[in-house]
Parts: sequence; structure tokens; C-alpha cells
Amino acid sequence: MSEPALLRTPLYEEHVRLGARMAPFAGWEMPLQYRGIIEEHMAVRKAAGMFDVSHMGRFEVRGPEAAAGLRRLCTYAVDRLAPGQGHYAFLCNEGGGILDDIYVFRLDRDRFLVVANAANAGKVRRWLEAHLPPGAGLIDRHRSTTMVAVQGPQAVAICSAALALSLGDLPRRGCMETAWAEGTLFASRTGYTGEDGVELVVEAEAGPALWRRLLAAGVVACGLGARDTLRLEAALPLYGQDIDEGVNPFELGLAFAVSLDDGAPFIGREALLRVRERGPQRLLACLRATERGIMRAGYPIYRGQDEVGKVTSGGYSPSLGTSIGMGFLPPPLAQPGTALTVGVRGRPLPVQVVPRPFYRPPRP
Amino acid sequence: MPSPKDLRYTKEHEWVRVEDGTGTVGITDYAQDQLGDIVYVKLPEIGTTVKQMEPFGEIESVKAVSDLYSPVSGEVVEVNAELEERPELVNLDPYGRGWMIRVRLSDPSELERLMTADEYDAYVAEEAQA
Repeated sequence: MSEPALLRTPLYEEHVRLGARMAPFAGWEMPLQYRGIIEEHMAVRKAAGMFDVSHMGRFEVRGPEAAAGLRRLCTYAVDRLAPGQGHYAFLCNEGGGILDDIYVFRLDRDRFLVVANAANAGKVRRWLEAHLPPGAGLIDRHRSTTMVAVQGPQAVAICSAALALSLGDLPRRGCMETAWAEGTLFASRTGYTGEDGVELVVEAEAGPALWRRLLAAGVVACGLGARDTLRLEAALPLYGQDIDEGVNPFELGLAFAVSLDDGAPFIGREALLRVRERGPQRLLACLRATERGIMRAGYPIYRGQDEVGKVTSGGYSPSLGTSIGMGFLPPPLAQPGTALTVGVRGRPLPVQVVPRPFYRPPRP
Repeated sequence: MPSPKDLRYTKEHEWVRVEDGTGTVGITDYAQDQLGDIVYVKLPEIGTTVKQMEPFGEIESVKAVSDLYSPVSGEVVEVNAELEERPELVNLDPYGRGWMIRVRLSDPSELERLMTADEYDAYVAEEAQA
């Protein structure tokens, strides 16, 4: 059986031109790194880096029933967002298990943009198509647009200057649309690195021009390798590693994306009410190694001799110079300060539960 | 760039330089480039006995962990302690300051089972195509 051909984003040629090392990810041929993961990571922490995130699913939901229709599918009260606001949310099944973690932006009264994980884009599309009411139409923007995340303390200033936009006016999680290069540019003050920054969506054919303009302005091209180390330092979970359909939002400690008190029904609400009432049976904890050694996904976590969980995401933190990871633990063990060990290829690596996130940018 | 001629190479991308019955061991430039940023190197204690083509340590890059295989059998007489603080030396200078261990060879005839620089370069070219 032959593997299906990998998809390429509108920026594929740009990546090749920059000498990127390409790797398959969720069915897409994506840049893993250009100059090196640590160098790219530090560019985002110190100045500004950009990521081609065109592989992520993008769906426009529009129509008089768009707000109400999305409310019935999202854990967060997205119908209460004002135009120009966005929020993180989950799509859950009836059992409260997570189908995908998404970002929802309200573009105007009857128009929303839903951004989904690349690996779940097909599943999210089918879920939306099956459950949105007739008054809420779905337009798949996945292949017709390019999406670039520009992240770092200087990202907003550099983008604003390079694109002649005032992105600094956007509040956190805010979004705007504006005319750009004979098309429309969407910008949101969001990201997946723990830094300030924006995520930009333009028409597919305008993608390379956007990319080159940002590159010329000094933004460093960053690959999926740095994206992973950055999101791990920010303790942001990744679907497929830390999240699957057996995980609920309270176990992730992300109750801020679950609105149960507006009384509005949504798929999974009853199950999530029960979880909130009883308390989650396990919590995603942040682990920091106290000795040399690297924990990685799949390694067992021990309390004394007893295995109490598994690392779901782990690796090296360039900012901290040590290994960090996340894993589900029984709530009493998930408290900061708990001393545990991780089995690293048969050897115990001492770790400590620490508060989330691992890394927080210094205040400007 | 061609690999240094005075070394012998393994299929696992280690090199050995033999002087006076002692072999200095490291990984090749190709290997460090494939691994990417190296953040941790776990090396054996001095006095440990290593065997040809058996693991003697581990190397961790940001991306992944790999075993290190000894090109020769013998006793470890020196380890590069500098790598503890500066594992990136393996990236920066794989044939020099990025060396890992020195082994007193117990069977110098083992060297015949290793690749020459030309053989290794051909092997890497083939692997890169696959």
C-alpha cells in the first residue's frame, strides 16, 4: 500500500528556498527547522519568529444561525463574543471527551472563523457539517488561504511596520480584517508560543509575498521543531500528545475555555457538569527535571516504585536549559513541589512538579 | 564535505582515530547535522569495558535520543568531560572538541571491519538518497 502524497502549503517553495529540512506532519510536508531549533526558539523569545501554520484547518461559519449553531458545539460561550474578539474552546463529544481544541473568532455578527488542528481538520469539518443548523453555512478556507503565526516580543511592532497596519491596537485574543494586497488580511493577537504576537491569514496566492515581506523586515523563519519547544515551555497542550477523545478540559486545567454557567446547552455539557462537580480524576501536571537527562513522550512517571502516569509531552527547554514535560497525574500528586521520577530508558530521572507555565516572558 | 581520511567509521556514524593503541571516538559531521542541536551526551565512566558495535552511551538532541555505538572494543581510559557543560561542541566541532571517549584497544584487528573515509562517504550518499 502506498502512502498518500503529502500536501504542500502555499509557502512550500519559500521553505525550500530557505533550505528548510522538511518532514511529514499530519499529512503535510512541513518545515521542521531552517537554521536550528534552538536558534529559532531563541529568536521567538528575544525578538520575532514566524511559522507557516497553513496546515491548520480554517473554516468560516456564516449565517443568521452561526452564533447559536457554534454555541451548541463549543464548550466556550462563543455566541457572547463581540465582533473582533476570539477565544480558545473545545469541541467535545457527548461524554465530554475532546474532539479538538480550537480557536473561534467572531469576524462580525453573523460570521466566525474556526481554526482547528491540522490532524483534526477533516474530523472538525465533518462534525461542523453534521451539527450546524441550516442557517449556518460552512466555508472551508483550508486550501484557499495561507496562515502565518508571527511571535515574539517584537512581532507586533515589526508586523505593523512591515505591513502598514496598526496591529498594536488589537487586544489580546482580538481580531480584525482589512484589505491587503488585492485581498483580505485577517489578523489576531494570538499564538502558541507563550509570547505576544499575531496570526495572519491571507489568500493563498498572497502568502509568499507576505512571507517575504516579513522575512525582509527581520522576522526569523521557524519550523515545527521550535514550535514544539516553545509551546511546551508555555505548557500549552498538543492534540494527539496531551489531548485525545479520552481527555476532558478539566483534566487539562483549562476551565477558562468551558462556559457552564450561561445555561446554554452544548454537546458534552452534561458530562462536563458532572466532571466539574466531582472534580477531575487526573490533572495534566508540569514536570521539570532536577538532574541531567531528557524526558520524552511515553516515558513512565513514578512515585517511589509505583508508576503513577506517563509523560505525554517532553523534551529539552532551551530557555531553562533543562528537560521539561507534562503528564497526567492523580490530583494529589499534581501539586507543585511533588518530587517524582521519570523512567528514562530504564534509569530514574528526578523531576519536580512545578507551576504552569514553565516559562513566562519578562514584563516589558 | 569529504570525511577526514585518517579516521575509520561505523554504519551508525561514529568515527575512531587510533594513535598508539588508543582510539578516540566521536560521531561524524553527517550524524551531528542529522541530529540537530545536541543538548545532552551520556558517557560511560572511566574504566568501563566497551565492545565493538555495542552501545557505550546516549546522545540527546532537541528532537530525539540515540544510542552511541563503540567502533572498537577495549577499556575506556578517558571521557570528554567538557561535553557535560557544552554538548553543543559535538555540533560545532564533531571531529575535534566534540570527541566523546578514548578506548585502549583490546583487539586492533577490529579496525579492519570499519569503513574508510571513502567507503563511509559513499555509504552516507546512499543513505541520503534512500
